[in-house]
This record gives sequence, structure tokens and C-alpha cells, in this order.
Amino acid sequence: MRFHLEPRPEPSRLAGWLSPLVATIAVLGIGFVLFSAMGKNPWHALYVFFIEPVDTLYDVGELLLKASPIMLCAVGLAIGYRANVWNIGAEGQLIMGAIFGGGVALAFHDSASPLVLPLMLVAGLLGGMAWAAIPAFLRTRFNANEILVSLMLVYVASFILSLLVHDAWRDPEGFNFPQSKMFTDVALLPNMVAETRLNVGFLLALAAVALGWVFMRKSLVGYQMRVAGLAPAAANYAGISARRTVWLGMLIGGGCAGLAGVGEVAGPIGQLLPVVSPGYGFAAIIVAFVGRLHPVGIFFASLLMSLLYLGGEAAQMQLALPSSVTGLFQGTLLFFLLAADVFINFRLRVTYPAVIAAKAV
Amino acid sequence: MNRTTRRITLALFAASAVALAAPASAQPKAGEPLKIGFVYVSPVGDAGWTFQHDTGRKEMEKALAGKVTTKFIESVPEGADAERVIRELAATGHNLIFTTSFGYMNPTIKVAGTFPKVSFEHATGYKTAKNVGIYNARFYEGRYLAGIVAGKMSKTNVAGYVAAFPIPEVVMGINAFARGMRSVNPKAEVKVIWVNSWFDPGKESEAANTLISQQADVLTHHTDSTAAVQAAEAKKVYAIGYHSDMSKYGPNAHLTAVTHHWGNYYTKVAQSAVDGKWAQTNVWGGIKDGMIKMAPYNKVVPADVQALVKTAETDIASGKLNVFTGPMKDNTGKERLAAGKAITDGDLSKMDYYVEGVVGKLPTSK
Amino acid sequence: MDHVAQLLILTLAAGTPLVFAALGELVTEKSGVLNLGVEGMMLVGAVVAFIVAATTKSPWLGVLAGMIAGAALSLVFAFVALTLQANQVASGLALSLFGIGLSAFIGLEYVSVVIEPIKPLVVPGLTDLPVIGAMLFGHSPLVYLSLVLFGLIQWFLFHSRAGLILRAVGESPQSAHAIGYPVLRIRYLAVMFGGACAGVGGAYLSLVYNPSWTEGMTAGRGWIALALVVFATWKPWRVLAGAYLFGGVTLAQFQAQGMGVDIPSQYLSMLPYIATILVLAFISRDATTIKLNAPASLGKSFHPYR
Repeated sequence: MRFHLEPRPEPSRLAGWLSPLVATIAVLGIGFVLFSAMGKNPWHALYVFFIEPVDTLYDVGELLLKASPIMLCAVGLAIGYRANVWNIGAEGQLIMGAIFGGGVALAFHDSASPLVLPLMLVAGLLGGMAWAAIPAFLRTRFNANEILVSLMLVYVASFILSLLVHDAWRDPEGFNFPQSKMFTDVALLPNMVAETRLNVGFLLALAAVALGWVFMRKSLVGYQMRVAGLAPAAANYAGISARRTVWLGMLIGGGCAGLAGVGEVAGPIGQLLPVVSPGYGFAAIIVAFVGRLHPVGIFFASLLMSLLYLGGEAAQMQLALPSSVTGLFQGTLLFFLLAADVFINFRLRVTYPAVIAAKAV
Repeated sequence: MNRTTRRITLALFAASAVALAAPASAQPKAGEPLKIGFVYVSPVGDAGWTFQHDTGRKEMEKALAGKVTTKFIESVPEGADAERVIRELAATGHNLIFTTSFGYMNPTIKVAGTFPKVSFEHATGYKTAKNVGIYNARFYEGRYLAGIVAGKMSKTNVAGYVAAFPIPEVVMGINAFARGMRSVNPKAEVKVIWVNSWFDPGKESEAANTLISQQADVLTHHTDSTAAVQAAEAKKVYAIGYHSDMSKYGPNAHLTAVTHHWGNYYTKVAQSAVDGKWAQTNVWGGIKDGMIKMAPYNKVVPADVQALVKTAETDIASGKLNVFTGPMKDNTGKERLAAGKAITDGDLSKMDYYVEGVVGKLPTSK
Repeated sequence: MDHVAQLLILTLAAGTPLVFAALGELVTEKSGVLNLGVEGMMLVGAVVAFIVAATTKSPWLGVLAGMIAGAALSLVFAFVALTLQANQVASGLALSLFGIGLSAFIGLEYVSVVIEPIKPLVVPGLTDLPVIGAMLFGHSPLVYLSLVLFGLIQWFLFHSRAGLILRAVGESPQSAHAIGYPVLRIRYLAVMFGGACAGVGGAYLSLVYNPSWTEGMTAGRGWIALALVVFATWKPWRVLAGAYLFGGVTLAQFQAQGMGVDIPSQYLSMLPYIATILVLAFISRDATTIKLNAPASLGKSFHPYR
């Protein structure tokens, strides 16, 4: 008995819809087995992990709050990925957005103007774009692989942030701890739902989803970028500039990530710290894939990812499960998704050589 | 923000302000044990900052058996996520919550604002509220004693200090250690390496090895892992542990350790909460409150050294000996304390210089 | 002089986990596969090595176990990325995250366990020679092993037929397939080799460098190893040099601190990454240079049927 992966004449749409579901169910299954193996009641554990984290208004607010930066980053990344522009450095662009936005907040610390916040958001957007411009430039000018460049820049960005909060931007009243001054009220994103921490950053994320959809589906440029990703030779022949594709892909991804970054420091964090993101930029990559590079899919996938984070925390609190379970689930989710994705473009065929040989006789 | 949202938010602020004005003591329902929550920044493990807090928690639980139940959550990252965890504890009936790391300061204050009936105790911070007390220990007193041991046991007269962040608490520890060392060994030098992390065994052991390569033969540290002690053991030099007794990690190297003890304090605070008498306080306890003790000595430490340390310990507890008293100069020669003057708590919490005997310049001094 | 000897020992010790991981990844990438999961494989190697060493009291068995664990984990990546032809970047990332979580999970009970580490080499008579004794004969056995590995890989890749085939697969899998070489199998083996090396690199950390287990103890070395392969333009001897350079950066910064020199640590820490970016830009700048350096099919899925 042999297994063959036969290419399909046309990608299967059913498989496209099913694969995220299959992946999610697989993760639940793994969770079931894992929790049982650890001696916990698996149903209760699954409940604690996936249902309980969102059973109060505050918790729903937390879910959406955590999903916002991931959603923002993922939408931007997906546009690039569809065009074969592999931005892996969203985390670094997020940090840069936080730095630029935070910088504006600190520069206007004594101001009470309502313009501070919009200025911060713009600064964050530009900061992320600027950081993404580096791999874009190096790719278009020097052919340098943007995967590696953007990844390296994540580290550089986090060191720059560390330098700033340890030294130049350290709060003089902060007893020498590495942190900036707390941002004033005008520099913080307004609350959206009282009794929760949800702020208007969520609206920004939703707007990104909507704009992303419009861009990809309805705009000429978005169409051209998709073609460039699916058939680079054809795109080139049709006159679609590969350079413009790379630049747009990187800048959009960087801008979204930058916005996510300023959203974090102008939101739940409220200042600049040495660490402003628990890996949202990398989680966004997973979300982009699980969401099938489609803005609506990304919306749901970021909620799922956010749930994984919250669930891990709840599992820790209630079941004494280690926090590492979250990372396990995240990795597993992506693996199963990638595996299930195969069936979009390939069919599984089983052949029985012995039977054929017998028939020949 | 639109008008409706603003109105709702303002109304909530007003409501919480009124609620905050009310007495903030934690009142368990009659007969039910008081639920106490602990938030830890790292895993409990076998040694280190969190391990000592957890030991204190267990001591309190034993001392007040039947009157309290405790719950702890470990490895809660500082920052935005901490708020959710603290809030979860408050929202699930824990009326006394201990947050055991500096980085929980702002989240604790925020949650305290929303839960005025819950009492919070924040370690090593500086912000307070009606229902947020702060507590800390004068670890530097133990460091002085450690310095005496180091001064007597070192043959190269160079000690190595693996330190995390150049914040006043760490700096005063280094300075106290140097002063202790110099009080018995005027030629002693302390070399410091900053690893910029509370917990990074890889970097810590690299720092430790670097110090050893630069002639340090007694190591100590202000970080959360046992790497420095292990490095000393591997390279056959001495080490003085911190937070917990680390002799298991360096049976030949470990001379003693400056250990933290929170049990007494936790029991006292919990008892007052159980009695409905919890009040907001700023506590900075020392050796005399039983918060700092020296771990049992390695057999290579001579009896006379142990006796010397014991005397100093008693003197610090009684107030006869103050670790930071003038004349005291920093290591650039500038006078920091005039003869006969003792340092004030205020100056201590802003310490941003090295005293004589410490090599180099503090990274953050301008 | 003794100070210099000590420094050399420390630098070699610091660079060794990178040597293992990067050399392994080099072989993988030479076959055309980009495996971003090095961090995960190193951590799993570290934790399994530690657990086996603690249980069997034999650190060398631990090293072997770490090697096998790294290879086993890489199989998951190989299956998803090579057989199922999923996107290599995403698969590698998934592997890293999975490995980080898995290692933390299985290492839970072992966080405060103490083991007998692998002691540095002591050659009677030779190690005690002043200065050169320690410099040449006083390193950990795994350091020497890493140098042997380097030699083996250098020979294999550039002086053996099998290595030539591997490189051919990396340059043009279509041509190799047309000639009849089993592209997929070769890539599988290359990936597993990379995983095994990463596992040993991790084992070195938990059994020699920091004899203990802590969550995430590789502290990003897997990612540095990835950068290192690029920085070294896919040449083994440059990987060796770069590993000691990158590994030595933190040490250099600590030495400076200990001597009272005042440079913020972050500047020095940034250097390896910036250097890698510059090298990458330099070698990619025109089609010829990049052909001479990077495996042409790196990161692209191989579709034998198309």
C-alpha cells in the first residue's frame, strides 16, 4: 500500500474552508490527550482552557483586547504573504511603532491637547513602516532575503527599546527602574466598554480588517499584488512592478504592526517598558496562515489565538497547568493547519501494487 | 471617545472614588476562612526570590491553619497581562493579595482602584493607595554581613558581583557588600557585571566566569538563578548565595547566603486581615524583624569569622551599627556622608553611586 | 597570559552551542531547506539530554538522547514541509514555537534538579603545561567534538560524492531529480542531521555550559545560529569563526564591564545581527555573488510532479 499526493487540477475550496476547522479540532484533541495524561479531568480542563476565559464581560473585553494587536499585524502580513513578500519581522516593526508612538507621548508629556493621541498613532504607523522599509530596500536593491533581514531586525529593535528605557527615556522619578514615564490621559487610547480594558484599538483592528478586505478584493493594486504572488512570471510580463510589490507588501505589514505597537503602549501598558509584546508579531504570522491569508479568516483566527493565550493563563490559575501549554498549542495549531492545507492543492491517493501485480498475472 | 462612553466612564470613576473613601479592610464572611492570593513573577522552583516568598506563604498558612486558604499563581509576566491575573484573584473572593515583584506596581494600583474592599500588599514598590500597602526588606544589611565573610575568605581581595539591573535596591546591596568587605579588608575590591535580566542562567554564568577570570575568588549575585554559585563551584572559588540557601548547588563553594524570610510578615498581615484590622502600611523591615538571615556556614569558614559576623548582626539588629554611616565617600572621591551621619531612607532609595571599593561607574549615573 | 588562556577557553565554550546548531543548519540549508525551528530543536535536545542525564546519571547518554530528540523533532518539520510541501517558513516557525512549549512542558519536574556535568578534559601531563596546557587541552570534550564535526562536514560537503549530491539538490532539485537522485530522501536526511546537531548544541547547554534545566535556556541562540549560517555565507569554516565571534560578544561586553569600561550592553549585543544584515546585503547584491554563495533553491518547496 502506497500513499501518493496527487496534484488537484483546481484548488479545493472545501479543503480551504475545512483546514482551519480541522486544525482547531486537532488541537482540542491533543489538549484532551495531554490533560488526561497529566491526570486532570480532560473535559473540565478543556472547559477551563477554552470556555471559561470568556464567560464574563471583562473577560470578553480581554479577549478582544489581546486579539487587536494580533489582528492588526496579521492583516498587514497577509497582504504581503499573498504577494510572496515574507515579512517575518512584524515583532520588530511593532516595537518600533511603540517606540515612535511612545516617543511622541513623552515629547508632549505636558500637553493636554487632543491631538496628541492621533499624532502618536501616526507616528507609530510611520515607525513600523520605516523599520519595514529596511528589508524592503535591501531586497529590492540588493536582493537580500527579506525573511532573514526582517528577523534580524527584530532583535535590533528590541535592543534599541532596551537602550531607551534604560537610559535616554528612563523616568527620572522611577527609581532607576527601566521604564519610561507613565503616559498622560491624552496619550492613552480611550476606553470602549466600561468595566473592561477594551479600548478603541479594537476598532482600529476592525478597520484594518475591513480595509484589508477592500484592498485585496476591490482595488487594482491589491489585485496586482495577488497576481504577483501567484504567478510572478506572468505578473512581470504584464508589467506589474515587482519592486513596487515588495515595497507595498513590506510597508503595509510594517505599518499595521507599528500601529499595533503604539496601540499596546497607549493601551494596556500605558508607558514604555523593556518588553512591550509577548510575541504578538510572531503569533500574527500563525494567525495569518490559520486565517488563510484572508481578512475575515484572520479576524476569527486572532480570536482563537487570543483565546489560547487567555486559556493558558486560566489553566495555570485553576488547574496548575504550566504556562508552556499555550506555546505547545500554538505550535500544534499551525502544524495541523499546514498539514491540513495540503489537501487544498493535493489529493491523497492510495495504490496497492500487490493487487495490480496479481491482476497482471 | 464619545459622550456616552465618557459619561459612563466618569460615573464609574465617581463611584469608585466614593467606594475608595470607605474603609478598606478585608472582611471575610463570618466563619469562612480568608482567601489570600499570591502573584509570583517566576516559577517557585527550589531556590530564589519566589521560592522564599512561597516558603513564607506556607509558614503563614500553617500558623493560621483553618483561618486562611491561599492560592498562588507563578510566572506571571510583569506588564499588561499582570493586571488581568491580579484582577481575577480579586474578583474571585481573594480579599488579601500579595504581588511580589516591582513590575506589578501599576497593575496593582489599577486593580486596587476597582476593588476597594480588597487589601493589596505590593513588594519592593513605591506607589501606594488606600488599600495598597508596600513592603520590602533591608537586604543590604545581610549584604554587609556577607561582605565581612567575603573579606575574610578572599585571598585575591577581589570579589565578583553578578547583578541584574542598576536600580537602587541592587546598588545599595553592592555598596553594603563592599563596605562589609572593606571593614575587615581595606584592600578589598568589588567588580560588578550587569546582566540586565533578573533571570538568565546563561548570561549569569558567563558573567560569573568573566569575573573569575578577572581575579575574583568570592562571587555573589543579585539575580534569581543559581548560576553564579554553580560557576564558582566549577571553577573552585567561593560564592555567597542570595535569596535562598544555595549550598546544594555548590557544596564546596557556597560559604553562606543572604536569605529572605517573609513568613513572619505574612503571618502578621494575614492575622490583621482575619481580625478585620488590616491597615495600609509602608514596611521596610530588616534583620531585627527577622526578614533577613544568614544561611548556615560552610565548614571552611573559621569560627572567629562566624563570631565576627554574629556580633555585627546583633549590632545591626539593635541599631548600634548602621551599614551606611559617614564618613562615606563614593568611588570618585566625592563625599556622600559626613562623619557621624547615618544615611536617610530617602537617600538610600535613590542610591545611584558606588562607594569606595567598587570598581567602575554605574551604567545609569550621568 | 593566564588571563588570555582563560578568555580563550570561555570564548570557545560560549561559541560551541552555536557551532553545533549552525553547522547542522548549514547542512540542512545546503540541501535547499530553510528550517527556522532551530531554537525549538535545541531546547528539546537540551531538556531531553538533561532528563536522561539526571535519570541515568550518565551525561554522555544524555548527549546521545539530546541528539536523537533533536532529530526526532526535526522529522515533524520534515514531514510537514517536505512531504506535505507546506510553506517552509511557516513550518519552521511552528516547529520553534512547538519545541519551546514542549521543552518547557516536559522539563517541569526537572527545574531544580542538580546533575553531574561533563567535566572539562584533563590530559595527564599535557593539561598542566603553563598557558598552552589549558588553552589546548583543557576544554570540554564537546568543544573538541564540535571541531571534529566541523572537519567532518567540511570534508563531507566539499570532498565527498554524497556531499556533492547534497549540494546539487540544494542548487537545483529539479535537475537532481531528473538525474535520478532521491531529492526528498536526501532532504529528509539533511533536515534530520540538522536536528541532531541542534539537539547536541542544546545538550551542551544543559549538561556543560549551565548544568541545569530552565525554560527557554537557549535564550535565542537558535535564532543566532540561523543568522550565523547566513553571516558565514554557507561556508563551514566561517561558521566556526562566526560562532566564536557571536558567542564571544556577550563575553567581550562582560570583560569590559568587569574592567570598568562603560559601554551600554545593548550596543554590543546588537552587533552580530547588524553584521549579518550587512553581510547578507553584500553577498546578495548581484546574481553572480548570490549564486556563488547561497543555495539556489533555499526555502522553495520541491514539487516533483510539476
